[in-house]
Amino acid sequence: MTRKPVALMVFLFVLALVFADLSVSAALNPYKAPPALALGSGQAAGGAHCAAVPPL
Amino acid sequence: MTPTTDTAPVQRSAVLERGALIAVGLAVVMAVALAAGARFGALLLVGLGFGITLEGLRFGFAGPWRAMIVRREPAGLLAQLVSIGLVAVVAFPLLAANTSELTGAHAPVGVAMIGGAFVFGICMQLVLGCGSGTLINAGSGNPVGAVALPFFAIGSFAGAYHIDWWIGLGTAPVVAFSGTSGLAITLLGLAAVAGMAIWLAAPGAARIPRRLWLAAIFVALFAVGNLVISGQPWGVVYGLGLWAAKGAQALGADLSASAFWAAPTNVERLGQSILTDVTSLTNLGLIGGALLVSLWRGGLSAGLPRLPALAWGVTIVAGFLLGYSSRLAFGCNVGAFFSGVSTGSLHGWVWFVAAFAGSYWGVRMRPALGLEARA
Repeated sequence: MTRKPVALMVFLFVLALVFADLSVSAALNPYKAPPALALGSGQAAGGAHCAAVPPL
Repeated sequence: MTPTTDTAPVQRSAVLERGALIAVGLAVVMAVALAAGARFGALLLVGLGFGITLEGLRFGFAGPWRAMIVRREPAGLLAQLVSIGLVAVVAFPLLAANTSELTGAHAPVGVAMIGGAFVFGICMQLVLGCGSGTLINAGSGNPVGAVALPFFAIGSFAGAYHIDWWIGLGTAPVVAFSGTSGLAITLLGLAAVAGMAIWLAAPGAARIPRRLWLAAIFVALFAVGNLVISGQPWGVVYGLGLWAAKGAQALGADLSASAFWAAPTNVERLGQSILTDVTSLTNLGLIGGALLVSLWRGGLSAGLPRLPALAWGVTIVAGFLLGYSSRLAFGCNVGAFFSGVSTGSLHGWVWFVAAFAGSYWGVRMRPALGLEARA
């Protein structure tokens, strides 16, 4: 057995993840998207990061 | 018949296949940009860049730390330090001048943070993959990475769910170096670690090969791109936990009792697509980039390791603990170590010391747990 079926399963897992997510999430809207670059946008960073501490 | 005549069609076929791979990658990026917005397409492209660099130039974290511990070969570790230093030189002035738009990977040092980094260090040696490494390994068809990945995500979700309890065990205020003095402290710290690694190195082993210089530069470029495009540093663990949290929510779980998942930022993320989440997009890019490189090289025809059942059980447990512990540690090798240190967070340095100590024990545990492949 080679790595090919493993990579295929991971690829299918990612595809399933994306499509399942799209089915339960708010619809994508490119016209309400933030500016292409955060730098210079005047908008605050989102804060959804590994180092973010939750409000306690 | 000349050799040229024999090989020409094969070469043409290889060129076509590789051209098709590039076209598919760019088409997916374009589709995300059109459907979700230019920023999100750009972040997927950055993620693909990370994936292609890490897999294509064999730049990683778990393997180089193992090489340092087992064979006293510091080249990979030195390349990490170079890359972090390059990012710091750009990130410190950017963060100082744009405090509202850009944020560093700043988190507090605490009891659970140190313990989490130590456990992460053990587990990253057990599965030979860290935060980025597990994604790269899965994308390149490595079965250990593929098995560990979903449990990593579940662990990250669970760790975030309980993080308020763990923080309560004892956590100091956030300490972040900033400005010119902060950059100087960070660069001196990186130089000190590099000097120690070179001093401990086996004779003739301290030279960084050309591919790792290139990788260090490319990773730094993509990390700065991540910061400029998204406003936050490169991370991995948040996205994985979000995938599992969205799955739990879709199955009917109520996450409102969790201080972490009930926080406004995370409630918003739970309602939006992962195609608009920074770390999810770069994570998907890491997997996709590794897959593209594997297809480019024909590397998917490599055989699988023969591991005993115990090793697969350990992989599942270690995968879960990688996710859980990295939430307590406020990041993995990427979000805490690479991005924490390069944006001035003291917790990045503490993470490095604790995780390296854990890695030492992880390396020693591997044979007893059946993780050294028989063939």
